[in-house]
Amino acid sequence: MHKTKTLKIAFSSQGKDLESLLETRFGRCSGFIVADLQSMEFQWIENSQNQNAAQGAGIQSAQNVIDSGAHVLISGHCGPKAFRVLSAAGIPIYLSEAKPLFQLIELFKEDQLQELKSPDVEGHWA
Amino acid sequence: MKTIAIASGKGGTGKTSLAISLLQANMDRSRLLDCDVEEPNCHLFLHTHSVSKLIVNKLIPKINEDLCRLCGKCVKACQFNALALAGKSGILVFEELCHSCGGCARICPAGAITEVPVRIGEVVQSQMDEGMELTTGTLVVGHSTAPTVIKAVKNSAAIRPVLFTLIDAPPGTSCSFVAAVEKTDFVILVTEATPFGLNDLKLAIEALEILKLPFAVVINRSQNEENLVKEFCDQRGFRILMQIPESRRVAEFYAQGKSLLEAMPEYKEPLRRLLERCVA
Repeated sequence: MHKTKTLKIAFSSQGKDLESLLETRFGRCSGFIVADLQSMEFQWIENSQNQNAAQGAGIQSAQNVIDSGAHVLISGHCGPKAFRVLSAAGIPIYLSEAKPLFQLIELFKEDQLQELKSPDVEGHWA
Repeated sequence: MKTIAIASGKGGTGKTSLAISLLQANMDRSRLLDCDVEEPNCHLFLHTHSVSKLIVNKLIPKINEDLCRLCGKCVKACQFNALALAGKSGILVFEELCHSCGGCARICPAGAITEVPVRIGEVVQSQMDEGMELTTGTLVVGHSTAPTVIKAVKNSAAIRPVLFTLIDAPPGTSCSFVAAVEKTDFVILVTEATPFGLNDLKLAIEALEILKLPFAVVINRSQNEENLVKEFCDQRGFRILMQIPESRRVAEFYAQGKSLLEAMPEYKEPLRRLLERCVA
């Protein structure tokens, strides 16, 4: 991934700052931290409306990532529907375990994270 | 003609076993609709040959990319998360999640959305040599709109006139359960005398009370006439139609694809009377 000056990364996050751990669930995470790599500014994007969605949580979570203006997503897993939406929008997905976000930013800058080339989990109904 | 649904909150309590045995005991006067469309299995126990097949469609949105202005109003309108706006790639449709409400087509300011049919299942009518009739609904794997297929099964006309239409309902108390039991004349709730069986029986009863449907209980695989489900029903004044004892013989027959009635032919008369008692 080219690291342009305005690159913004979305993380599925357990908390609302860069000290928080990555939330490894994507579709049903409570929210996203979107961080600007250049300025290190970040904001919290609520995703709790998708935690109780009867269906399509991954799709709408992907929509939230797109709408946030992020260029890259870092999460724990990604199912087939969310993968289709993010791929269509040209947003690459990198996977990690639950580590603090500030650490993940460094790992991303050092090209230490693996890009996901196809969904890593099955679609599911809950 | 009376329609009687065989349902349960908990899965695996013996809905299909009872439904098939009821059909076999009443072969001169009943037919069976397999409305457990996500996993229909009545045909495994009955030797049938198909006589007709109907395709079930639902409507899904089709986006005209030349007209679409990428405003995203359809995405916000969709209550089922079936649409996404993926930047310049435009609107993505997840047809398996669509409930055919038509809201997206209505709200689109550019008139870019038309509704087109897509196949989500089929209804197969089949008969046995004895003339008994089985109608089976099957939902295409991955689709979520079981009620559409269930309604199509229930709308199928009987090949020969019968006194009783029996419905093998899906487990649980969600939309597909409601679609299977609604507008029936009576619901038989099959349960087992375990804490799980009782818990899910209570949920099913709550749903039926809202739907204002008459029901009674059959306790399957009962190890003791006095048990927690009987105690609950006695206390609340719910009728128990039958207790079927736990039996290794029934399980062995089941494993060979044979019914409760085939294992215990003495149940024929009680199973005939059971249907009469439902509508008496």
